[in-house]
Amino acid sequence: MARKRYQPPVQSWIGQVFDTLFLLVLVLASLFAPVYLGLVGSGKYTVELSDTSWAGMKQNATMQAQWEKLGYTDGAEAKDGRQPAALLIATRFNYNFSFIELGISTLVVIAYFIIVLHWSRKEYREVIDEHFDDSE
Amino acid sequence: MAQATARRRQKRISLLRVLGPGHVWALGVGIVLVGEYMGWSFAVGKGGAIAALIACWFAGLLYTCVAIIDSEVTSTVAAAGGQYAQAKHIIGPLMAFNVGLFLVFAYTMLEAANAITLGHLVQTVGIMAGFENSSDKPFVVLTIMTLAWLNYRGVYTTLTFSLVITAIAFIAICVLFFAVQPWSDAYVHHDQLLTELPYGWLGVLAALHFGMWFYLGIEGTTQAAEEVRSPARALPLGTMTGIITLLIAATMTWYVCSGLMPWEYLGQSVTPLFDAARLTNSTVLMVLLFIGTIFSALASANCCINDASRAWFSMGRDHYLPQVFGAVHPKYRTPYRSIVFLVPVALVFAYFAPLDQVITFSILSGLLDYTFMAINVIMFRKKWPLGSIKRGYVYPFHPLPAIVLLILCAATYFAVFLGYGTQLIAMMVFYIVASLWFALHRYKFVRRGEQFTMPWPKPVGY
Repeated sequence: MARKRYQPPVQSWIGQVFDTLFLLVLVLASLFAPVYLGLVGSGKYTVELSDTSWAGMKQNATMQAQWEKLGYTDGAEAKDGRQPAALLIATRFNYNFSFIELGISTLVVIAYFIIVLHWSRKEYREVIDEHFDDSE
Repeated sequence: MAQATARRRQKRISLLRVLGPGHVWALGVGIVLVGEYMGWSFAVGKGGAIAALIACWFAGLLYTCVAIIDSEVTSTVAAAGGQYAQAKHIIGPLMAFNVGLFLVFAYTMLEAANAITLGHLVQTVGIMAGFENSSDKPFVVLTIMTLAWLNYRGVYTTLTFSLVITAIAFIAICVLFFAVQPWSDAYVHHDQLLTELPYGWLGVLAALHFGMWFYLGIEGTTQAAEEVRSPARALPLGTMTGIITLLIAATMTWYVCSGLMPWEYLGQSVTPLFDAARLTNSTVLMVLLFIGTIFSALASANCCINDASRAWFSMGRDHYLPQVFGAVHPKYRTPYRSIVFLVPVALVFAYFAPLDQVITFSILSGLLDYTFMAINVIMFRKKWPLGSIKRGYVYPFHPLPAIVLLILCAATYFAVFLGYGTQLIAMMVFYIVASLWFALHRYKFVRRGEQFTMPWPKPVGY
């Protein structure tokens, strides 16, 4: 005897609007929170340059020529409408990290996949049972 | 009775099967080619120019695995939604819901990044032309709104438009490559500009993060599965030729840019190929690369809207999302409500978020999708061994490409963690909360047996 098919409830228009808004808010809150809270780009820092001449910033003649063609100048201040290259040259990434943070991040990613796969397997069994029960 | 009538009507109005392999190529390359025009150069910032090249090759290997794995599964599960439909048939509803979201956010963030780039370029050229107060924001908004409208009006025109402008953008890279005479030192000076690895080998690993940008989105070819005339032939052909095109374009781009710019500049450049053209002092090249950048950004944003809306539409149709999104326009035969819904999301990010953050969100969603693809293909072969169902294409050396893909994905998670760890956690929190919402609330609206639509035998082990 074929098992009884699952009949989902029909969602009202209000319910659909609520779900849509929930998703919109969730997307904006989760993805925008780091930007809004100023946590983005936290991996970058600025090196203190004691000498901002081209040579002091370890830029050879070819590099210097290309910087100038791109509209940049040496020194710490803008000159003749040209921005100082020092601002870009001094920007660096900080790759010092805590192993605890790395461990937590790794755990979050792995746990996420394990939970999703485990839950999906349960749901998938329902799908297969109902589909092949019907087709048989 | 009313429900049955509605269902019959839904069946009648379906997506149109009008696309060929050229459109599939355009869909894949069209999304990704902009990655040569912007974004990849942040890999130089994370590890130096040589690190970016190594990252480009490793990312190329990652995407080769993605392309061959995807070709096998897609040529077998030919349904709108691409990897979402695959997950539904192979792993289960919650995974499918997550994969749908990966696709939507990878593409929507990429669309926002394209609009930012286009706006930035127009502003730069405006300033160069003497319009000091020109703003990028109107162009950002205009790009997203216009392309959304184009997508609303029909898929064939949209993708034919992308095919033409993608081809022009690719030709522009080739012209620049030959114009800088790579066989001489007239323009390029790798011997003077290439430095050692500024962050050592850790920087090489970190560069893998933005190295993915050279190819991110190639898997989008599968989104057109329901609109392709011959999926078993057109999808693998379009995807494979797409990845070959991108490998060539990526190598040429790196060669030209790293031979023309100091790495500190290149690593923070928003439009590196346009900057490379500026350094040749050729007005013709500048105009060509300006057009190339604009076209590649438009093509990519266009295809992103197409792909994201198909994934959102598919989820709406299956009631994974409110069913209002599962509607097809009665005249244009497009998923118009999904297209319209995603417009404000793209606008908000394009308007308010910095480019590297938007790119990082896109990359992370893509990365989660590739991790899923490796797991997916292993389960696919296990549940339906070779010979048990008809496959359009069988990828070689299984499971080696899947294992390589998993290892490269793990390395890239670490690369993102280096410098963008906060975003990694924020994104994971989003997917975890969304998963709970689906499992505990939304799944009750899903018809169980109807999630499986392929004419396959019962999977092994069930």
